[in-house]
Amino acid sequence: MPVTTMNGHEVHVDDEGFLTQYDEWTEELAKTLAANIGIDLTDRHWEIIRFLRADYAKQGETATTRRVDTVGGFPTKEQFQLFPKKPAKKMAYIAGLPKPHGCV
Amino acid sequence: MTATESAPAIVPSFDDEEDSGRKLAIICSKGNLDMAYPGLILGNAALGEGVETHLFFTFWGFDMIVKSRMNNLQFSPAGNAAMHLPFKDIHLPQALAPAMTGAATKMLKKQIADLGVPEVPAFLDQIVGAGGHLWACRLSAEMMHLDASALRDDVEGIINASDFIEKTAGAQLLFI
Repeated sequence: MPVTTMNGHEVHVDDEGFLTQYDEWTEELAKTLAANIGIDLTDRHWEIIRFLRADYAKQGETATTRRVDTVGGFPTKEQFQLFPKKPAKKMAYIAGLPKPHGCV
Repeated sequence: MTATESAPAIVPSFDDEEDSGRKLAIICSKGNLDMAYPGLILGNAALGEGVETHLFFTFWGFDMIVKSRMNNLQFSPAGNAAMHLPFKDIHLPQALAPAMTGAATKMLKKQIADLGVPEVPAFLDQIVGAGGHLWACRLSAEMMHLDASALRDDVEGIINASDFIEKTAGAQLLFI
């Protein structure tokens, strides 16, 4: 499992660069992760990221776009606007969570 | 730069060149509840990967976008030799199958809902929200004597086969 340094802290990531330790994530780190993939975080981005973090803590798996819509209350269309093209993966990456496993 | 033995940051390549311009076209030709889902699931997955996705509804698949029918798709175990009873691996006797459409539909709907998968109309809402394109088959509309007013409002057009071929130039194609 690769270890990388971001913002002066060592963090564990998988082969694609997704964080693998829930507790190594910080909001400061999220800004760096977002910048890595060309996203400027607005308040609305933060609301989604905080939902994903809280939901993962409860469910033990990353919410799919469907769940972010129905449970989190963030419409699919908005997710695609905020995290263009691949919202599920981009949201998970910035939130320091694994890619969602669910099909829908 | 801090002195460290760890590797440089690995950044996922979300917007790979190889993915750009990829297109998927799915022809939905079945109106059975179980056969509505493969196209919806794959179309939704493709959109989530940034793939431009078009769904074309034809023949029985038309029922998925007809407002008066889209909530009532049915699942019949008749003719499906893989249909088991809901316990163990006992096959459902085919002689009993035709009488079981109602019960089987109810059971399938519950299984789908338990997995957090939306019903067909809500699934299409999600696909449109994700940027998917819905198209209706002209010949099917004429056969069924239906016009655009009978269809979901987000169907972008009633088009013929040539239009569809033109719109999906370069796309990968799935016929379901």
